[in-house]
Amino acid sequence: MTPSYGVRERTAPAYGARWSRERVETAALRVLRWLTVAFFLVVTLVPFYYMVLLSFRSIQALLLAPGRLWPSLGELTASTYVDVLRSMDEGGQGFLLFMRNSAVLAVLTVIATLLVSIPGAYAVSRLRFSGRRQVHFLFLAVYLFPSIVLAIPLFVLLSLLGLRGSIYPLVVVYISQTVPVSIYMLRNYFETVPRSVEEAAAVDGASRLGVVWRVSIPLAMPAITATALYVFMIAWNEFLFALLFLTEDPANWTVSLGLARLSGSIEIPATVLMAGSVILTLPIVVLFFLAERMLTEGLTSGAEKG
Amino acid sequence: MSLRAREARAGWLFLSPTLVTVLVMVVLPVLWTLMLAFQDVRLINIRQVGLFGNYTLENLSRVLSSPNFAEALRTTLIFTVAGTTLSILLGLAAALCVRRPFRGRTFVRAAMLLPYVAPVVAVTFVWEVMLHPQFGVVNEIGTSLLGWERAIPFLSQEGVALATVIAFEAWRYFPFAFLFLLARLQAIPGDLDEAARVDGATPLQRFRHITFPQLTSVIALLAVLRFIWTFNEFDDIYLLTGGGAGTEVVSVRVFQLLTARADVGEAAAQAMVLAVALVVLLGIYFAFFARRFEETPS
Repeated sequence: MTPSYGVRERTAPAYGARWSRERVETAALRVLRWLTVAFFLVVTLVPFYYMVLLSFRSIQALLLAPGRLWPSLGELTASTYVDVLRSMDEGGQGFLLFMRNSAVLAVLTVIATLLVSIPGAYAVSRLRFSGRRQVHFLFLAVYLFPSIVLAIPLFVLLSLLGLRGSIYPLVVVYISQTVPVSIYMLRNYFETVPRSVEEAAAVDGASRLGVVWRVSIPLAMPAITATALYVFMIAWNEFLFALLFLTEDPANWTVSLGLARLSGSIEIPATVLMAGSVILTLPIVVLFFLAERMLTEGLTSGAEKG
Repeated sequence: MSLRAREARAGWLFLSPTLVTVLVMVVLPVLWTLMLAFQDVRLINIRQVGLFGNYTLENLSRVLSSPNFAEALRTTLIFTVAGTTLSILLGLAAALCVRRPFRGRTFVRAAMLLPYVAPVVAVTFVWEVMLHPQFGVVNEIGTSLLGWERAIPFLSQEGVALATVIAFEAWRYFPFAFLFLLARLQAIPGDLDEAARVDGATPLQRFRHITFPQLTSVIALLAVLRFIWTFNEFDDIYLLTGGGAGTEVVSVRVFQLLTARADVGEAAAQAMVLAVALVVLLGIYFAFFARRFEETPS
């Protein structure tokens, strides 16, 4: 049996016992490894498979055969999707509107976050000034800060101003949540842009802003795209602040909030809401896997340094 | 103006949008929470309570003497320690499995990221339905194939519910640990491992003495990050159980006080105690454990 590594097996002839222990361990670990992979595939994929499967079944079919994990062609239906997407006036659950709200909120959050954090990240990674360390610490603290603590004053403030129930104030709340992580991701990339490129542009007479605009930002475009996608995902997935600030007005609910509010009701069949879950999940999963490499590298780039 | 001074000025200028946002949306609100915690405020009388009037220790003493709060803090701690540990262990197992190339690795890797990427509301809903006592697939399989006597109310039975939310937490967040550990594993140069192999070290010995020591710093970092986030976790528990059946963690309690009872003062006091408890625990962690990691060469 050859071990799974690329290097040819070398025997250590003087140690017969060790040799066999090596073999036993290698064989056992190989089996264990495949069992573990199988375990992870089951626990990660089955819930999503179940989500998609149920979204195409009627509630009656589910109640009749709750344990069935394979589709039977006769009972598959897309009426759940029609029901969940149709507006409430037409007797549906209004998810089309929720999707529009989520998209507006997420896109505005992305734009605002980038406007704030690109110059911020550039300053933190490129410019030397006193207080830089403290600024770093502040961002880290904000990033790790319990959002429930923040929720209280913001809830009180928006209640006082009568702004609960509308989308735009929420964008500002979201920026405060996304700017630290956005700066962290962008900073790592700005640091990889060679200084000499910028200096060359500066020698040619470009101002600082000109250098950033014409040289650094275009070079960092992949990073900016990755960050934009990540911020979009955060905003699309966000729940707590949407729950606190948008619950008042169902016309402004996001998909997350809509699904959470409606899942408590007995009248709406679970399979219809399952279709809602698919609608909520699909855009995010597609976006993530389009940009997976960029995103995971951007997030973990600190880890390799150990 | 010198070049250095110009650069410093540009730095602060570029940073100002960020700083203003953080100041207005985070720092000032947190300071306000601190003040609210010491005032007798409800949502209805907040306009009457001045910014600087009526300071009292009543909220704090009510929070600290409440058995429910102590219970919530205990639940939070159990949930956090178990959730953090399990998610890191699962992440480590997953990372070790896909460390070396094999056919289908890209697919396996992608599958393992799904729980972390998918929206929390969608995955909690799927779990709820899967675990449903009447039509959930888990109970159906359990009663018909595994011989359970009756369906288990995973999310509404005391004790079981806490274990379920911990399992959910581990499931949802192991990909985070997985990503970091995998990145670190793949950055370890292969020659050390190869040398140990030639010297006759078995796979387990090589893991114990060569691979694992390279991972301790990342594990320590993960432990801190996951601990902080799990300690403050709200979404998962609120969505799965609403804080019922012995799963009420502090952040869910704060939310209930704030929205259902509109008791701003007590909510603020609780949130503050939560934040202070977190800082104290982190302090203990850094005092006792961090030094050990620093001593291990990596």
